[in-house]
Amino acid sequence: MSSTDSRAAIFAAIRANRPNIQPPLPEVPLFDEKAPSDLVPAFSEMLVKMGGAVLDPQGLDSLSALRSAVAGKGIIATCVPELHGDPSLQIRQILPDMDPRSLSDVEIGVVRAAFGVAETGSLCLTDDELIVNTAGYLPQHLIVLLDPAQIVANLHNAYRRPEFREHNYAVFQTGPSATADIEGVLIHGAQGVRSLRVLFCPKQN
Amino acid sequence: MSLEHQDAPTTPAGRTNDGAPASLTHGAGASVTMPPRGPEPQPRGAVVRGNRPIDQEEAAKRFMAAPEHLAMHDQRLWDLRQKRDRQKDTIEEWEELRQLASDIKTHTLTHLDTYLEQFEKNATANGVKVRWAKDAAEHNSIVAGILRSKNAKRLIKSKSMLTEECGFREAMAEAGVDVVETDLGERIQQLDNENPSHVVVPAVHKLRTDVAEVFSKTIGSDPNNSDVSYLTEQQREHTRPLILNADAGMTGCNFAVAETGSVVVCTNEGNADLSANTTGLHIVSVGIEKIIPNLNTLAVFVRMLSRSALGSPITQYTSHFRGPRRGAEMHIVIVDNGRTERLGMEKFWTSLKCIRCGACMNTCPVFRRSGGLSYGATYAGPIGLIIDPTFNRHKYSTLPFSSTMNGSCTNVCPVKINIHEQIASWRQVLAETHEIPAFKKTMMKAAGMLLASPKLYRASLPMADSALRYLPRFVIYNKMNTWTRGREMPHIPKETFHQWYKRTRGVNGKKK
Repeated sequence: MSSTDSRAAIFAAIRANRPNIQPPLPEVPLFDEKAPSDLVPAFSEMLVKMGGAVLDPQGLDSLSALRSAVAGKGIIATCVPELHGDPSLQIRQILPDMDPRSLSDVEIGVVRAAFGVAETGSLCLTDDELIVNTAGYLPQHLIVLLDPAQIVANLHNAYRRPEFREHNYAVFQTGPSATADIEGVLIHGAQGVRSLRVLFCPKQN
Repeated sequence: MSLEHQDAPTTPAGRTNDGAPASLTHGAGASVTMPPRGPEPQPRGAVVRGNRPIDQEEAAKRFMAAPEHLAMHDQRLWDLRQKRDRQKDTIEEWEELRQLASDIKTHTLTHLDTYLEQFEKNATANGVKVRWAKDAAEHNSIVAGILRSKNAKRLIKSKSMLTEECGFREAMAEAGVDVVETDLGERIQQLDNENPSHVVVPAVHKLRTDVAEVFSKTIGSDPNNSDVSYLTEQQREHTRPLILNADAGMTGCNFAVAETGSVVVCTNEGNADLSANTTGLHIVSVGIEKIIPNLNTLAVFVRMLSRSALGSPITQYTSHFRGPRRGAEMHIVIVDNGRTERLGMEKFWTSLKCIRCGACMNTCPVFRRSGGLSYGATYAGPIGLIIDPTFNRHKYSTLPFSSTMNGSCTNVCPVKINIHEQIASWRQVLAETHEIPAFKKTMMKAAGMLLASPKLYRASLPMADSALRYLPRFVIYNKMNTWTRGREMPHIPKETFHQWYKRTRGVNGKKK
């Protein structure tokens, strides 16, 4: 049987077998009436619960804090303009035509999130922010820049944003890679990044 | 197990090396040589004999005879259930979400053709190649064909219950494709040549010592090191070159969104993202029931999936693949494999709502004490009891009896499948089609007569209760009564409700 024949057979079987009722598609509310007005503390709390961390600038401006977090740490892969043109750093600029595997020796990846979700502490990264999607997974550690103005209350609000309609790849990353597959013991850095830190930093335009 | 037992005993004085008594006959000399005791060996799953009905009870008995495995398994899954409860309690609208999720699935399944067409149209417009497979064999041959066309021999993949259902790895071995599972639990199971025992935590039935043994034999880790961090790191280091050298990647699909033509995959390790994004070819296996209408409805399911499964607010990675990467290919294989037939089963079609969170397994007292492999089927636990017989009514005819009918599975199900009622319905269907053992049939006939008559039932209760109170233990806790295996009977009340009512309220219902 060819795939086309199978397609026809599957649709015929669905039409013959589906229950003969016509219930409507329910409306999904936003469930955000009780969301706090300042979403940054709620986001940060959930991020930490999910194994992530907030990069504390410790009195420095956010860019100086970022530079000192990556200085001397090995290969840094990034496409954020904030880190460009600093010869003191081992920066590898992520370019669209790079082989995805070429990022396997990277120590720290630095990317900007499209937005954050306070309910879960999640960061939305798209192929526009990552350029090469493996930039979110092959580096040993990840630092994510997040504009504090770009945080939504919950997942209902998140899915009304345009990213999921416009990008071929979009991901919610919530803390670092994790597993508890052996006796429930939680380990960070299963296959992806071992740590994930968020630096609050308004987007430069 | 206490550590002192792990040292290999030396031959006691007065014994020769083979344990035969020597000339000494005092105390020490009389003791026999004990065999060295290592870690508790892992109890294996049900013995599968072709099409013969699975003997879940037999495998469960062996699991319960392994106290360390039993205790860890039971505690670990109950812990997941408790974490799920704590998450649920933080969401005021939880019950509303469950109802929404159930209603969205009802709507989608009754309009499945419309949404599948919409999904296909949008995915195709995004540059994805969509194929259709009527059954497991066709799915496997389509994937093998795609791989062959790209001359791809090394495939990395993330966990997918659908590919388990399709016997995918065995089929790829025949097609000369080397498959590497990238999820830690699934990889452990692959290396041990065992099926996943749970839809979310595939190796939950294994102790760390079991994993150390598997890894030492397969990826060369230290057999005496069963530290969990060490074992996880060993797998990371061993798998990474396999990921970087792969020719193709494959993922399953948690949700397929008709509105956007995207597939959504949820993992905690990020292994689906590595599988999909590292090579130039991404193949996705999707069951037809994974379709949901749009992004607004997706929010409902993403909010509930990980909270129900692991008691975490969301999986670490929730990935939305809408189309191929620049310069890469993306293929989606949409699979029926018995689902359209299930859609036509009046009592059982709502089992297609399942989002594979595993909450019903975590809460099930039978599952927690018997292990997922005891079911001898792709799907174990309560959801397995109602899905497996749709694949093979004879082979899985005994499974619907592996339930205490407590209804906890139904109470925790995020899409409100009436699991325990369907278990009861399956018992009925199997009895009608003569697929149940004679002993159970006689018992059920007697119970049926008793339960069908309120008078007979009420008359039998005080007798049964007082009998329970005075019967010696061995009569109640015997081989025939599987209920009391690993469980104590409840405390017996002195009188039944009806006796109490008659005593305190009399015949007219007024308080005496």
